[in-house]
Amino acid sequence: MPRNPTAAASESAVARAETRRRWSLALPALTVITLCSILPLGVMVAYSFMEAGQYGNVQWGFSLEGWRAVFLDRDFFDDSYIPATAHLTILARSILLALATTALTFVFGIPTAWFIATRPPATRAYWMFLITVPFWTNLLVRTIAIQEVIRADGTLNRLLLATGLIDEPLQMMFTNGAVLVGMTYVYLPLMVLPVYAAIEKFDFRLAEAAYDLHASRLYCLRRVVLPLMWPGIVAGSILVFIPALGAYVTPRLMGGGRAMMWGNLIDLQFGQGRNWPLGAALSITLTLVVVGAMVWYARRAAKGDATNG
Amino acid sequence: MKRTHTGTALAAGLTLLAQSATAEGNLNVYNFGLYTPPDLLEKFSKEYDVEVTLTDFVANEEAIARIQAGGHGMDVIIVSGYFIPAYVDQGLLMESNPAGMENFHNIADQWKSIPTDPERKYTVPWVWGTTGVMVNRKVYDGDINTAAIFLDPPEELKGGINIVPSMNDMIDMTLSYIGAEPCTTDRESLSKARDLLLSAKENWASVDYPSFEKFINEDLSASVFWSGAAARVRGLNDGFAYGWPKDGYMKWMDNLAILADAANVENAKLFQNFVMEPENAAMISNYTMYNNAITGSEAFMDPALISAPELEVPEDLQGAAIEQTLCAPEAQDLYTRIWTELTR
Repeated sequence: MPRNPTAAASESAVARAETRRRWSLALPALTVITLCSILPLGVMVAYSFMEAGQYGNVQWGFSLEGWRAVFLDRDFFDDSYIPATAHLTILARSILLALATTALTFVFGIPTAWFIATRPPATRAYWMFLITVPFWTNLLVRTIAIQEVIRADGTLNRLLLATGLIDEPLQMMFTNGAVLVGMTYVYLPLMVLPVYAAIEKFDFRLAEAAYDLHASRLYCLRRVVLPLMWPGIVAGSILVFIPALGAYVTPRLMGGGRAMMWGNLIDLQFGQGRNWPLGAALSITLTLVVVGAMVWYARRAAKGDATNG
Repeated sequence: MKRTHTGTALAAGLTLLAQSATAEGNLNVYNFGLYTPPDLLEKFSKEYDVEVTLTDFVANEEAIARIQAGGHGMDVIIVSGYFIPAYVDQGLLMESNPAGMENFHNIADQWKSIPTDPERKYTVPWVWGTTGVMVNRKVYDGDINTAAIFLDPPEELKGGINIVPSMNDMIDMTLSYIGAEPCTTDRESLSKARDLLLSAKENWASVDYPSFEKFINEDLSASVFWSGAAARVRGLNDGFAYGWPKDGYMKWMDNLAILADAANVENAKLFQNFVMEPENAAMISNYTMYNNAITGSEAFMDPALISAPELEVPEDLQGAAIEQTLCAPEAQDLYTRIWTELTR
């Protein structure tokens, strides 16, 4: 049957209606994204290009001072521009700490997730419950609880003293180690949960098949188990790394505040420093670092898929 | 059965509603955490039939950001003396003219005028105190009336010192220690202060607002600290003593002001007058453990508080007080750069 113009017109009308319907269905999601993500980010970007108000806040007027201060410091005496090495040190410290936290949650999280996933289904829920209960507790409370364990007169030191392993309390608080312990404890569930989800779905017959084909345990782990767990591990690492990069309370409490993290630096500018444009520029810098890392990872993963496939 | 439950709940709800409806109105108080005695609010609430709501903040900078943003719903706010100009210059405070209020005559003479509100057009005193040093005498029994406790510490204290992350106070005290003026923009003095802080940092355990447990358990043996808080610590561990650095310590006053866009202006004014009553000022002191500025309040204060050595600046050290000031933007920028360098 030959197409006639009227049919084509009504067809395109249907298509238009369909498009409209799709857009209207997507509207709630788009509104939420605009209101909760794009708009606040836009405000931050705008603030970073304004002038600092005398008593905090920002003043109308375009200024690159905020961004200048992110990268360039001024010499204390002659005000000549020099690289802002202090900011670099702080950023490097934050990234290293976030990486170390991710690595440690990986080391402790994978066996934990494996253990839970290999329990009988009936008891799994109880183990999961044990992992998630601390997660419902306020971050501050958890951090202070860890402090109680490792401080000079804390549980751990008393235990070591009582067993005669040490003669004098160990100074554990206010060290880099203390920060790492605190961060690992706080972010551990974020690694365990996605990895557990991945292992739970793992078909153990695949491992059996690998053994039947004379794979060693290590080979089986490397070629069969790990690739199937990988999406869970990646999700867990991202979930830990990103908040760890902006962590603020835990490093301050456990580390004693002698060395800043990027989050504390942002806080300083919005608070006592009364330099909101710099604070906004520092926040966006952190966002860009995270987005950059994600894009780099996504590209690499895509390339890996292409070569494997 | 279920119905009766619902009925009871409904009745209870209605009673609550009725109560709030009969109240003369509301008063929303915005203050630092743990700084407002609950019994004071209760008394005010009963006396004037006003429903009082208290909201906490942590720092002046945080509070003013919320007030600037508008829609805060607050009526009265506590403002540190040095921070008053930030509010006044932006028109955020109401000229409630406390000097003309009934209880104004109760204010001790030295507090009837403060540099940032000389005619008391906006504020009434809440409490005042000092920022000095607190040291565990069991660890170190030398002179504690010096900023050397944290800037050039004796051997015994090294590694057990805390300084507070109040950037301005810390740099003001350091500048004063080396003989310079607070809020100076003189680069020589500032770089000298910075170098001194950087070398002293090696001896600090933390830069933190420490919990009292850290002193009770003797995790820390010295700290930059506030007079009232030091009195409280001494009550829990009598090894600790408080000192006023002869080279300069901070003296401050926090004040009660009415916000320019307050909804309950009459109640707010009543509250300003109310806290200048000796008995009520004593309640604030008993709770916060800081001095108030109201004559006659001693009669209502805890005897332990009146005799607390921390609250009585020795005669010969009174001249060493540094008034907290809000530095001009240029000095503030230099302060922030020093602080970033210090905690990098």
